[in-house]
Amino acid sequence: MKDPYEVLGVAQDALPEEIRKAYLRLAKKLHPDLNPGSKHAEERFKEVAGAYDLLSDPEKRRQFDNGEIDASGAERPHERFYKDYAAEAAAGHPYENRSGYADFAETDDIFAELLRRRAREARDARGPDLHYHLSIEFLEAVNGATKLLSLPKGGTLQVTIPSGIQEGKILRFRGKGAPSLGVGEPGDALVEISINPHPFFSRHDDDIHIELPITLTEAVLGAEVRAPTPKGPVVLTVPKGSNTGNVLRLKGRGVPRREGHGDEFVTLKVMVPPGPNPDLEAFLSNWAAGKEYDPRRDMKP
Amino acid sequence: MIISKVDFLQRAQLDCETFGVWIQEGWLIPTGTADGEVLSEMDLARARLIRDLKNDLGVNDEGVGVILHLLDQIHGLRRTLEDLLLSARESSVPADDPSSADQDQGRK
Repeated sequence: MKDPYEVLGVAQDALPEEIRKAYLRLAKKLHPDLNPGSKHAEERFKEVAGAYDLLSDPEKRRQFDNGEIDASGAERPHERFYKDYAAEAAAGHPYENRSGYADFAETDDIFAELLRRRAREARDARGPDLHYHLSIEFLEAVNGATKLLSLPKGGTLQVTIPSGIQEGKILRFRGKGAPSLGVGEPGDALVEISINPHPFFSRHDDDIHIELPITLTEAVLGAEVRAPTPKGPVVLTVPKGSNTGNVLRLKGRGVPRREGHGDEFVTLKVMVPPGPNPDLEAFLSNWAAGKEYDPRRDMKP
Repeated sequence: MIISKVDFLQRAQLDCETFGVWIQEGWLIPTGTADGEVLSEMDLARARLIRDLKNDLGVNDEGVGVILHLLDQIHGLRRTLEDLLLSARESSVPADDPSSADQDQGRK
């Protein structure tokens, strides 16, 4: 990278206002969006912007002046400018304005013929795709659902959500997009799915995870409890002597996938009943084995 | 990729009121969908351009409108030029026969 003072054309002892002025003067000439066809302007602008970023920051400028840092890495990271999008966008995007040559088209035969040909191609071109966004509930994503999307220009689109759909997935509906500007096929509707979180289920790939509170009695003595799954509750056997953090697997109760289903993992959480429990307290104060047990022994320094 | 209005305002460092004015002026054109208005990366780049014009290049509000109008025409012209070159290339005969290529270009 070149010397930033040279790039901006200012003296080593230039005041901050002079540096800003020099930058603005160059930016006016070199801004890539004002020079949409010039690679040179874009390269120069990056240098200039990088030099300005370095010299307009008093701390960085001081470090540079003292030789603590050099100008390398001062170039701005690659940035996409509006012109890049305008060049890539499909013809007829909302900002494009072709009135700049209308007078030629009326008077010049060659030009008019070429434009007519392009117009024919445009007439036969497919309509643009339309993008939609649809939020669905967690269980709808797991179990599948049918939703009606009302379209901004009237009408509705029936969206069949396949079971097990993932966040961010885009569903394509052929021919449900915008009509062709001419006589071509309509474009497609693209529906991006986002999934709302669930109060107690969470999902990792095809597996469902849930934290299930159980009572102290159920944990100590073992029990059969009802555990929610996306398809409804099932009976789960809590083994005798279960603990908070123990994980039980409900095979095949997870999210549908190509072959079969994922699993549901139930993490147990032992809950002591709230409020004063004189009987329990009386028992525990006399329970010798309970006092000997030290769950923190591995944590001792 | 589509961007929600909230993300857009944050990424473009815009407040809601200014955003409303820019839309009213026709500087930005959001796409309407079932979930309200959404924007694209292109809109975001355009918002950055407007910000550069106003903050760095000292252009006032009237000037921004004029510049955008001219820029949109430049992009329209650039696309037409590209189309023309494409058409000319498609219709020109192979380069190893320069004499007929000249004639061909004259007729089309």
